[in-house]
Amino acid sequence: MVTEHEVKHIAELADVGIHKEELETFTHQFNAILEYFDTLDLVRGVPAAEDGLVNILREDEIEPSLTQEEVLRNAPAREDGFIKAPRVM
Amino acid sequence: MEDQVIVGLEVHCQLDTKSKLFCGCSTDYRSDGPNTHVCPVCLGLPGAMPVLNRKAVEYAIRVAKAFNCSVPEESEFSRKNYFYPDLDKAYQITQYDKPLAEGGYLEIEGDEGGERKIHLTRIHVEEDPGRLVHMGNTERGKYSLVDYNRAGIPLIEIVSEPDMRSPKEARKFLNKLRATLEYLSVFDSEKEGSLRVDANISIKGSERVEVKNITSYKGVEKALNFEITRQKNLLRRGQKVERETRHFLEARGVTQSARSKEQEHDYRYFPEPDLRPLQVQSWLPGIVLPELPDARRERFMAQYGCSLNHARTLTGELKLANFFEQVVKEDPRGLSAPASTWIADTLIGELNYRDMSLDKVEPAAMTGLVRLINADTITDKSGIEVLRVMLDQRLKDEATEAPSAIVARLNLAKTTGDTGAVSTAIEEAITENPKALEDYRAGKAGAQNFLVGQVMKKTRGKADPGELNRLLTEALKKKGA
Amino acid sequence: MAGHTLTFEPADPYHAFLTTCSRPEHGHGPLAGVPIAVKDNISTKGIETTCASKILKGYIPPYDAHVVTLLRKAGAAIAGKTNMDEFGMGTTTENSAFGPTLNPCDTGRVPGGSSGGSAAAIAGGMVRMALGTDTGGSIRCPAAFCGIAGLKPTYGRVSRYGLIAYANSLEQIGSMGKTVSDVATLMGVIAGHDRRDSTSVDRPFAHTPKGEIKGLRIGIPEEYFGPGVDPEVATVVRKAIDRLVELGAVTVPCSIPSMQYALAAYYVTCTSEASSNLARFDGVRYGGPAPDTKKSWHEAYQDVRREGFGPEVRRRIMLGTFALSSGYYGKYYAKAQVARQNVKADFAHIFAGVDVIAGPTMPSIAFRLGEKSDPLSMYLADILTVPANLAGIPAISVPCGKVRGMPVGLQIMGKHFEDERVIDVAYTYEQAVI
Repeated sequence: MVTEHEVKHIAELADVGIHKEELETFTHQFNAILEYFDTLDLVRGVPAAEDGLVNILREDEIEPSLTQEEVLRNAPAREDGFIKAPRVM
Repeated sequence: MEDQVIVGLEVHCQLDTKSKLFCGCSTDYRSDGPNTHVCPVCLGLPGAMPVLNRKAVEYAIRVAKAFNCSVPEESEFSRKNYFYPDLDKAYQITQYDKPLAEGGYLEIEGDEGGERKIHLTRIHVEEDPGRLVHMGNTERGKYSLVDYNRAGIPLIEIVSEPDMRSPKEARKFLNKLRATLEYLSVFDSEKEGSLRVDANISIKGSERVEVKNITSYKGVEKALNFEITRQKNLLRRGQKVERETRHFLEARGVTQSARSKEQEHDYRYFPEPDLRPLQVQSWLPGIVLPELPDARRERFMAQYGCSLNHARTLTGELKLANFFEQVVKEDPRGLSAPASTWIADTLIGELNYRDMSLDKVEPAAMTGLVRLINADTITDKSGIEVLRVMLDQRLKDEATEAPSAIVARLNLAKTTGDTGAVSTAIEEAITENPKALEDYRAGKAGAQNFLVGQVMKKTRGKADPGELNRLLTEALKKKGA
Repeated sequence: MAGHTLTFEPADPYHAFLTTCSRPEHGHGPLAGVPIAVKDNISTKGIETTCASKILKGYIPPYDAHVVTLLRKAGAAIAGKTNMDEFGMGTTTENSAFGPTLNPCDTGRVPGGSSGGSAAAIAGGMVRMALGTDTGGSIRCPAAFCGIAGLKPTYGRVSRYGLIAYANSLEQIGSMGKTVSDVATLMGVIAGHDRRDSTSVDRPFAHTPKGEIKGLRIGIPEEYFGPGVDPEVATVVRKAIDRLVELGAVTVPCSIPSMQYALAAYYVTCTSEASSNLARFDGVRYGGPAPDTKKSWHEAYQDVRREGFGPEVRRRIMLGTFALSSGYYGKYYAKAQVARQNVKADFAHIFAGVDVIAGPTMPSIAFRLGEKSDPLSMYLADILTVPANLAGIPAISVPCGKVRGMPVGLQIMGKHFEDERVIDVAYTYEQAVI
């Protein structure tokens, strides 16, 4: 069982934000889903050894980069070739 | 009661590969404009995927072997999730519970002499984030500018056990670490920002404080000294040391508490699903290590007769060790002794004073100078003068002269055999300093040395000291002492 | 590479497309001049790619996904980008930020999801072939609901480079088509190794479907015909399997015990991976809305995401964040990976005695628009499709009849890398009932 307060905290941790109007519904849905997740308690066993691909590596070779313009093209704000972002505290 | 200081270090070094850790962008970004060494992968564009650089793994295994670490059968990469503008995927690909290497140790010279083993916890590989530049002055006018050239540069993280007992030991650990990485050819210490250190310090019995953001070697000792003093002062006043993260402000030489937001991060680590596990334990036996600093130090002592201290200094940096061997190459038997003194004791100091790189000095020039001194052509004092002229010429990129040319131009050749000039200078010195003569007659120690100094001044340091003393003693005796 | 253009301006009453390329270029090759629709979570250089989300509105990728490069090399014409559930999160395409897609078989019903746009484009006669993606059934579900064919390949056979990630360890790009032959043709173009995808396997696909199933052993899992499945759907699918028996196959009853927690394992895994994959969307480097640089980083970031992501996306990000958070990792994510191993082991055990497994693709026919409003009941609709994603095995849906006027899909699952056999079985059925 998670409370509305905890749901708000998770939203902060995930930096997604919930609208105030959504909080109650979200909490209700969250709890129903988490209850369903509890079926995992039926799982028996331990993690097994890896049996798939291993050591997938590339050679240390230089390949062309994007141009500065291509990098900046999708950014809403730029300055002197840098991308602008809100200040960090 | 001696407060025991406990220090552990986490050192991040950029690996000297041609391309980034997970993509083919060139790592040689420092002289280029922002965001010019970026591709969909290191920009973290949606849909782009990482592919691991083999060389980076090889380099890391080389380091693990050099430090006697064990390499587990399997290792893997994990995501460290947090939000920051310089972290374009909002996670850093690193290694969490299955690092490349574990255990191991470094040996340093203990503060009280002898060798001290500093143990390592682990070594792992991870990517560097981008670089933030903070702009604006007013509270609301502040913003950040981001350059992703550095995003994806391969880093090796070396974590020590809390085995160090003083800032000095920490500095030695760092120096040994850096030198070894240079010798392994996996690291370029001259690249700005290529090494970063986080330190963990506590006074025994008190809480541990983490100090982040130390970016220079000098900074480490400064930061630790400040922090230890700060902690000791708190304890002395009967206060508690808070367990916290602090930032080192290099310019002011102080540590400052980081905002609490940064403290208890839940990084929600989980294995990176876009990368496959590594099984590289079998690579270890095949790695052939080059001669490492300790072995080279021993060899310098055996092969060149260097003292322990000189050998330690000379092998403490790869470039310096190579420089020394180049200088003495043509005549090791004759040149080793004076060269090791002149390089270790004098050249380094003069370079540091000028904030000058060893790269600017040709070994041949140094050989020339050492030869002149060794052949007794010039005195030690003149030797220093010539060295300074040589360095200044190279520092200012002026036309460079061979040491012998400088000696000739400045007329610094020793005045051996020209006893006339020396004798004249001696007579003058005695006449000008009657008190000294009296003191000498009275048997006061230091009177003769004083006169030696006066004669040296007159001959501009060129008089051969042995000959000068002989002539002076004779002259003084004649004056009825 | 290209040399010609064709005109692509079909009527789209179903809202299958988000972007149409009205004069697409095309070249030479096995798909010369063939218009192909591409789901809007697959990066196309120079063409807006949104994942049906406001947070990527206006994003123009500077690079092509590997599969798109392969399409172009094969001479195909990229006809447009199709609608989907936002970031692949949904089973009906109702979670698109730009409006739902309608099912061409009944425009009052959903086309399925999340590749609903691609399915509707084919079922609506606009294109013969399309690319979709399948994380928990997102190709097979719309294929079943719209009455077309769709294949989720073996994990690793098709490069994910350029696929905007939702759940990396589960998803694959796959081919959807009017017929099984169309699916096979398209699979032949997109399958194969890509050195830019570290999970890519070197298994190209070059197979013309064969109608040969004599002696084929078909496993019939009891969980696929249980109480959660619409009895009419179950009946139609059983009839289809009977047809295969008439053609020479034999059925073997079997059971997949791990089905009881398979769906939970799926949702824990995909939401966890999604919470990490979607954390990069902050409006700073691409997408929007643009962050307010007068606010602090943290505030601005939350604002962008609250406005830019729909409720289902935010719900899943939160679930995933929770599942990975300190103290819960062992209970959820770690357990889910063990669950996956058990699902894989159950399949391996069954495949020791059979060649393929058959059952319904979906437990029901297409829902009415707006019918499924509760998230959990929506998740439960994936129960029959997620096991193949958890195990990484190939699975196809092929139309096998109608219930109450709406198409029903027959699902065939096979062993790892036996996509060819899975296609053959579907082809055999399809040809037998033409």
